[in-house]
Amino acid sequence: MTDTIIYAARKIITMNPSRPVASHVAVRGDRILAVGDLAELDTWGDYKLDETFADKILMPGLVEGHAHKSEGTFWRNVYCGYFDRADPDGKVWEGATTIETVLDRLKEADAQLDDPEAPLFGWSLDPIYMDNTRVTRADLDTVSTTRPIGVLHASGHIMNANTRALELGGYLKTGINHPGIPLGTDGLPTGELFSPEVMTPVAALVGFDRAKADGDEKGLWDFGRLCVRTGVTTVTDLAARLEPDGVEAMLKVTGDNRYPTCVVPLKAFMGATAAETVDRAVELKGMSSDRLRLGKIKAFADGSIQGFSARMRWPGYHNGAPNGLWYTAPEQLAELYRLALAASVQVHTHTNGDEATEMVLDTLGPALMEVPSPDHRFTLQHCQLADAAQFRRMNKLGMCVNLFANHHFYWGDEHYRLTVGPERALRMNACRTALDTGVPMSIHSDAPITPLGPLFTAWCAVNRITASGRTQGEYEKINVAEALYAITIGAAYTLHMDDEVGSIEVGKKADFAVLEDDPTEIGGENLKDIRVWGTVQGGRIFCAADL
Amino acid sequence: MTPPLPVTVIGGYLGSGKTTMVNHLLRHADGLRLAVLVNEFGELAIDEDLIEAEDDDIISIAGGCVCCSFGSDLTGALLEMAQLDPRPDHLLIESSGVAIPSAIVGSVSLLDGYRVDGIVILADAETVQMNAQSKYMSDTVLRQLSDANIIVLNKTDLVAKSELSETISWLKQQNPNVGILDAQHGVVPPQAVLDSFLEKPASSGRYHHTQNLEMTTLIPDNPCDVEGLAQHLASDAHGLIRAKGFATSLTGQKMLIQVVGNRWDISDAPDHRADGIVCLGYKGEALQSASLAT
Ligand SMILES: [Zn+2]
Repeated sequence: MTDTIIYAARKIITMNPSRPVASHVAVRGDRILAVGDLAELDTWGDYKLDETFADKILMPGLVEGHAHKSEGTFWRNVYCGYFDRADPDGKVWEGATTIETVLDRLKEADAQLDDPEAPLFGWSLDPIYMDNTRVTRADLDTVSTTRPIGVLHASGHIMNANTRALELGGYLKTGINHPGIPLGTDGLPTGELFSPEVMTPVAALVGFDRAKADGDEKGLWDFGRLCVRTGVTTVTDLAARLEPDGVEAMLKVTGDNRYPTCVVPLKAFMGATAAETVDRAVELKGMSSDRLRLGKIKAFADGSIQGFSARMRWPGYHNGAPNGLWYTAPEQLAELYRLALAASVQVHTHTNGDEATEMVLDTLGPALMEVPSPDHRFTLQHCQLADAAQFRRMNKLGMCVNLFANHHFYWGDEHYRLTVGPERALRMNACRTALDTGVPMSIHSDAPITPLGPLFTAWCAVNRITASGRTQGEYEKINVAEALYAITIGAAYTLHMDDEVGSIEVGKKADFAVLEDDPTEIGGENLKDIRVWGTVQGGRIFCAADL
Repeated sequence: MTPPLPVTVIGGYLGSGKTTMVNHLLRHADGLRLAVLVNEFGELAIDEDLIEAEDDDIISIAGGCVCCSFGSDLTGALLEMAQLDPRPDHLLIESSGVAIPSAIVGSVSLLDGYRVDGIVILADAETVQMNAQSKYMSDTVLRQLSDANIIVLNKTDLVAKSELSETISWLKQQNPNVGILDAQHGVVPPQAVLDSFLEKPASSGRYHHTQNLEMTTLIPDNPCDVEGLAQHLASDAHGLIRAKGFATSLTGQKMLIQVVGNRWDISDAPDHRADGIVCLGYKGEALQSASLAT
């Protein structure tokens, strides 16, 4: 009896330059024994030949370096997005392109609920594509006046509520004076709630509770299923609370032998001191399992560009909005960096605006002088507005970057027109510059903000097409090979995991994306249309159609 | 109906002494049940000797006070705070060093059951002007100062007199009408910082650190232009830090006047309350009934 399985494939794209393409891969247990042609693999002795992938393309299992597990939990609610999107069952929800369609979809869901007071939660609404039509409580009241309804926008920064939700949330009153709550002519709120702070009372009513996400087992399973459908075998959960209960639940779910993905949750630096956070990260690191990799930290420097809470350098926002908000003071970040470097804990830092990026660079430099760490790989997440000079500094400091390529497609037009203006919009998410300045780079979806799907993300970075169909920032395009590298080894590198995943070569995890089409042949303009059959993770086969 | 819970936001940049002052207030709560919401439980959030018991997200403090952390979800914490039993008498929100206090006040004022008492910003006498010029934090520090109703200028023992008065006039440029309290080691008269203390009978000499402050009771004309009076008390003319009390409006309605630094508020009050406004301010700064009247 042999414990070696050799998979034959139409083509294996290894991402290992010394053997870039092969026809067979030998797997022993959860690891790759050898890659090559059958004659070469035969030298390892007995094997069982498996032809399951004989007409498929194998790539290294894709690595998503910035997603959130709420991509799994949101699907229990009503999808209200403008674009077609597949749920964990593989059902493709057609984009709702008018407010009427959105309301119809909510009405359908309403009709299926027995309890007239049960809440209803919709997500991913984006009126930007509907001439910025404003949705009011009167609109949502046509769905129901008896149950609370909340609809979260795709950006995550705005929620629409119906009258009942406002009433239960304590907002149905006159005399409110708050920039986040516009009022109608009757002096009552219109139902539009801007900023997470303002949303909370309504969000809690409709079951949108960020605090409970860690312990949501079904959500984590659905997250895993979405990974299989998109060829992802390693996925981050970028900013979790990681309280003991949540960690226990995550260990349990990912420890189930049917769980298809390696999950890398990062502990959010929020609500605890730097010292406590680093101590907790060290403790968590020791609790890691094969499919749950703990012990990294995510910090936040600023907010978001479209929410006008990102920190911008001069000349600031194109529309004249005041500068955004700091989420963490430089002194606190400096302390976090010093302690984390000393404890060999990796920190990823969210920056959107270029002033936030500058602050991180200014802060990490001195920390590294104090605690020299030759291979820290501290990573800037999003980092959407960095210019070439900042990328050169990242290179000198040994930083990595994970750019938000999908954002360019979904909101590029908005940035061009409104938030940052034409010139800076062209250089947003500057993949070309990152690579040319020698900064290790990945690209991401920030799911559920945009859909999980590294091949779509690769398409975004290669084509830089916006939702309106314009090419924005020709110079910052990368080629297909570079994009495929970014969603495999590139992302693995930012997680200190390139020694075990990201390429198909001897000794690495048997993690494959199983594709129907060849991304190196299909043409960069078609990357997003590649059909995914499923994945192999740690030697276990997951067929999307059988999930 | 229970009256709304008064909320004081305590802000200011890192190192300005927010935590020290909060601990001082807890130490001198004098029977008032204070609840403190802090961004995070640092090692030094609450002085060790004040802590009676510690839970994951609540610290019980001597004298019936409590401290909770809110992390990134202030609104959620406020919703929970509303369920506390027994109900606290006054809520302090110690904001993070980068928070914009007016935004916090905005969130608080949305919720039923709370009333904003005021924004107290701490400034480190030694570093505030430097922080206000720092590359990244300049606008944040200036926004905090201009949001203040009262600025507690802390650590005044660390700077020379001339420097201090220069800093005070600089602060007044940033926020012309603000009430300024100087302090060392966060020691401030509690009744100047929280209006709930003003309601207690003025037990004179009780607060040993009130030497340079004095309290006086203003008896307004009956009836009077209540709004005009409140505005007048909040203006810069008197060096007033706080005022609270009752007056009768021109239409005969009894009104409650609340002034904290440059912020004023009037609301209907029960008829049986006697006219009279307790005023707290610096000694010698024209804090006399005569000049307080318009
Ligand atoms: Zn994110």
